[in-house]
Amino acid sequence: MSATPTAPERSAPHEPVVKGSAATRALKTVKGTAPVFVLLIILIALIAQRTPVFLEPPVFLAFLLQAAPLVLLACGQLFVIVSGEFDLSVGSLMTVTVVVAARLIDGDPAKTYRVMALLFGIGLLVGLVNGFVTTRLRVPSFITTLGMLFILDGAVNFWTGGAPRGSLPDNFRVFGRSAIEDFPVLGRLPYAVIVLVVLGAVAIYILHFTDFGRRMMSTGGNPVASELSGVNVARVKTAAFVLSALFAVAAGILYGGFTNVSARVGEGFELQAISAVVLGGALLGGGRGSMGGAMAGALSLVALFRLLNLYGYPQEIRDAIQGLIIIAAVALAALRSRAAR
Amino acid sequence: MAERTLPRPLNLRQRYSEFISSTSGGPITIVLLVAFFGAWVLVAATGGDFMTIDNIRSMLVRSVALGIVAIGQTLVILAGSLDLSVAYLVSVTAVLSSVIMDGDPSRIALGILVVFAVGALVGLVNGLVITKLRVNAFIATLGMALILEGLLTASFNNFSGAVPEEYQELGYGRIGPFPWAVLLLAALGGAVWYMLNRTRYGHHLFAVGGDFDTARLSGVRADWVIIRAHIFCSLTAVMTGLFIVSRLRAGAPWVGPDGAYDLQSIAAVVLGGTALAGGRGGVGGTISGVFLLAILDNIFNQLGVNTFLKDVLRGVVLIAAIAIYAVQRKRAGR
Repeated sequence: MSATPTAPERSAPHEPVVKGSAATRALKTVKGTAPVFVLLIILIALIAQRTPVFLEPPVFLAFLLQAAPLVLLACGQLFVIVSGEFDLSVGSLMTVTVVVAARLIDGDPAKTYRVMALLFGIGLLVGLVNGFVTTRLRVPSFITTLGMLFILDGAVNFWTGGAPRGSLPDNFRVFGRSAIEDFPVLGRLPYAVIVLVVLGAVAIYILHFTDFGRRMMSTGGNPVASELSGVNVARVKTAAFVLSALFAVAAGILYGGFTNVSARVGEGFELQAISAVVLGGALLGGGRGSMGGAMAGALSLVALFRLLNLYGYPQEIRDAIQGLIIIAAVALAALRSRAAR
Repeated sequence: MAERTLPRPLNLRQRYSEFISSTSGGPITIVLLVAFFGAWVLVAATGGDFMTIDNIRSMLVRSVALGIVAIGQTLVILAGSLDLSVAYLVSVTAVLSSVIMDGDPSRIALGILVVFAVGALVGLVNGLVITKLRVNAFIATLGMALILEGLLTASFNNFSGAVPEEYQELGYGRIGPFPWAVLLLAALGGAVWYMLNRTRYGHHLFAVGGDFDTARLSGVRADWVIIRAHIFCSLTAVMTGLFIVSRLRAGAPWVGPDGAYDLQSIAAVVLGGTALAGGRGGVGGTISGVFLLAILDNIFNQLGVNTFLKDVLRGVVLIAAIAIYAVQRKRAGR
């Protein structure tokens, strides 16, 4: 079963966090998240059937660009969810990113990079506060981050009087809007897709290939046992919140490239991110999740919106169908995992 | 319990911890009292009216809408579940009942009957999806919220129908000094308190919320305990919708989400000391939580706080109150 020599196999009543070699673990992860990839392929096939041009590289890359903010949010959210917590503040943090950037930069390209540094600073602070309040003050993260959502949204509205002013210069929007033209084979390679691939790879590496990632998983799986075996649970959870906040700022910067500046840009993104993560096979409550699955979950959601749009359903019906599909996909995954036991 | 007969040393902290453990909503009740008198002083000092019958009555009536649905939310949270679909169910109720009644007093009963049936169905589906299909409650009820929202906003986009004059008695009428609606809230709170503390179902609910597997293995039909809690929660959302439509005279699709009844009711429940993980808490704390939110609102309005700043302050107060509460509980050794 395992490539490395281990103590005699004992039957474990629960799945251990780390079992077998990297290869068997990887295989297991793939099996656990198979439904979301099947869903994604079906959705893409349906879109392609309706508009065959969808599979041509430039169009498909444009789709990835459009999906990039949600995919990044889902990556960040997964860190928090595998650690056994929630982060509902990410959507409002995206709003903060776009609104603060527009107001402070106000079309002056020279300020862009300083303001970006400031934004990541705000993200760091938000993540630290979320982590501190949740781990040290023992407020359930659902409430902590919900309160943070109220605070950030309220602060943005208060600061701007409900009507954000200012504009984003091109060198800010370049990340979400521009592309490397005449790229071999692919044609036009959007910067957002490069950012997405790099940050996605970093996220996969952190969660699945480092000690820190394993600590997050074990913290979510059983915080008491983890604490007793020497994991600093509070620090791990706080780091997860910080990662989530930083990914949200990155998502906000990408989103700022192709959206209008308003005080509601990030609205609803937090729930979409959680849906994406759960579609990707993560367990709410912590201990299990896959970065690839979360990313596929986010892509599936965006593909679903695109598909419903193509079939001309109004926004309202799209919401209803989204609800049905999320429930169905999660139910299917839950039933599969029960059957597997 | 031999210690009970010994004279107790006057240890305030110990007394306080015992008081906390003896009542589900101990600390929140103290916070509520402090907030109440603090608000009185603060508002009076700035020349507003706080301690007038009119103001107190209007605060109570405004608490009714959130209070009723928060009672239902308390039950599902105690059972270890959660309901994010209540806000849209409130809207569905408001719109559907006002369309069915359509200003005709003879159709009041029909309207009420239909929305209660819809509510029971929504609760049943939520409960079945969560227990039988094993979908996480967060996702299941969020999905339900999306479905209700979609169906509702696809069919209605403004105030629709009208409720008859007689029906508005629910929202505006009163017996002596007591508004009907407040009496209704009190009666519902009392009934649920009785159910939680004095009936078998109540004990089962705490058991299932505390430890699902242990409860199930001890012979409790745990799935059905959760399903019933969800049906009950949905019915309270329907009651809130019926109350709101009686005040507004017609239903609109946005009344539920505008009141943020999903998140507000969860906030009230958790403010009231009910553990989000289930199995610990009670309805008394929830009612205190609702009143606390109403008092805050009242202070903000009387002091003329900027609408947006209100959101910030509400968030800070919510987190601070719960943090104090959690730290107290830790000190009390739980």
